[in-house]
Amino acid sequence: MTETRSAPPPAPSGGLSLIALANPTRFLALAKTLIPILTGIAVLLATIGLYLVFAVAPEDYQQGHTVKIMYVHVPAAWIAMGGYTLMALSALGTLVWKHPLADVSQKAMAPLGAAFTLICLVTGALWGRPMWGTWWVWDARLTSVLVLFLMYCGLIALWSAIEDQTRAARAAALLTLVGFLNIPIVKFSVDWWNTLHQPASVVKMGGPSIHPSMLWPLLIMAVAFLALFIALHLMGMRNEILRRRVQTLGMRAAREGV
Amino acid sequence: MFWALVRRDLKLATRIGGGGAMGLVFFLSLVTVMPFAVGPDLNLLSRIGAAILWVAAMLATLLGLDRIFQAEEEDGSLDLLLMSPLPLPLIVLAKGLAHWLATGLPLVLAAPLLGLLLALQPVVLGAVTLTLLVGTPALTFLGVVGAALTAGLRRGGLILPILVMPLMVPVLIFGVAASNAVLEATTPFAPPLMLLIAASLFAVVAGVIAGAASLRHAGG
Repeated sequence: MTETRSAPPPAPSGGLSLIALANPTRFLALAKTLIPILTGIAVLLATIGLYLVFAVAPEDYQQGHTVKIMYVHVPAAWIAMGGYTLMALSALGTLVWKHPLADVSQKAMAPLGAAFTLICLVTGALWGRPMWGTWWVWDARLTSVLVLFLMYCGLIALWSAIEDQTRAARAAALLTLVGFLNIPIVKFSVDWWNTLHQPASVVKMGGPSIHPSMLWPLLIMAVAFLALFIALHLMGMRNEILRRRVQTLGMRAAREGV
Repeated sequence: MFWALVRRDLKLATRIGGGGAMGLVFFLSLVTVMPFAVGPDLNLLSRIGAAILWVAAMLATLLGLDRIFQAEEEDGSLDLLLMSPLPLPLIVLAKGLAHWLATGLPLVLAAPLLGLLLALQPVVLGAVTLTLLVGTPALTFLGVVGAALTAGLRRGGLILPILVMPLMVPVLIFGVAASNAVLEATTPFAPPLMLLIAASLFAVVAGVIAGAASLRHAGG
């Protein structure tokens, strides 16, 4: 961690392995090239995807226009779940390999994951209103995503509560891993709970099996979301590294009485 | 050494400033305010009584959690415990066990009495008490993880419930499901009870390991 905090050392040459990226300066250089590329991909694919969604993809014979919410809702849900997995991997990086960037990756991920989960929940509610006639149903899938959102919120709270960043990273990593073990249990228990109280026939997420004219826009939108997510994550990591450097420089200046 | 630690924590919990009695009074207050909220309809209360008892038990468990490691952290005895020959996971197990004996077990013992206030049928009373008996260890040990993570934080008591409540969802579901299975007699009682026991065993193992890991990191 001291490495991330110290003033920029000269970037040593070498390959871009995971270990080489432990040097924050080299990571920043990589991020500098990757962020514009990923942003470009995201904008391009989102443009193509949205064109396909609104101009080419057919309307659902039952749902009409509202089916277009799916092209935002489903990718956001995938990112929300994938983000937690990536955060759990970062948590392993913190605890097992003590990779300096794993801490930063974890910290940048929590608000991002919460944001995508919230997008998923809100678009789901907007979709549910015309389709199911209600904003919210205590359906198993909805409920487990809500629990996921609560876990992201808990992690954000934990990060902001601990001042020492090294300690915060370890605490957050442990909580992330316990939560990761717990996610299948939550999913299973919520399915169980739902089937006990209301049969699954009331709310069916499946609908008609998906036609290629709808599948392709969905996949393009998913890749656009993924590129956007990685770009935002890299930006978040870059901001965190720079924030720590500013903090270190400030403390050094204070110590030297400048 | 293990039992000495359990005995010491139990003594501390039952004397001044201990959490055991407070948790019990909080449990009673929660059960008391529920009829004010939903109305004094005894039929309704007997239908949702098991759920009320479970939610109240969960909240009462949250109340004393931040004290598990906080007092030791403040007076420095946590460092002594970290240096003791007893493995750290066993220390966490001892402290969790003592906390459950001091705060969880009284809730289980009080549940039948409070169930009478909620007009529960005797068989449901028995079922709720049994599920609480096997389920409250899960609540306590999931809480131990949160308590270890937030030991030494000034606002630890505030964020602890936020951290552990999502983790407690499955326990709540299985506990209430088992109790309702007895009430409605349409679904078998054993599967949710078995799952609740499984959740408890999982929580004890995960709580002890994760709690020990976070204490070690907090100390070092």
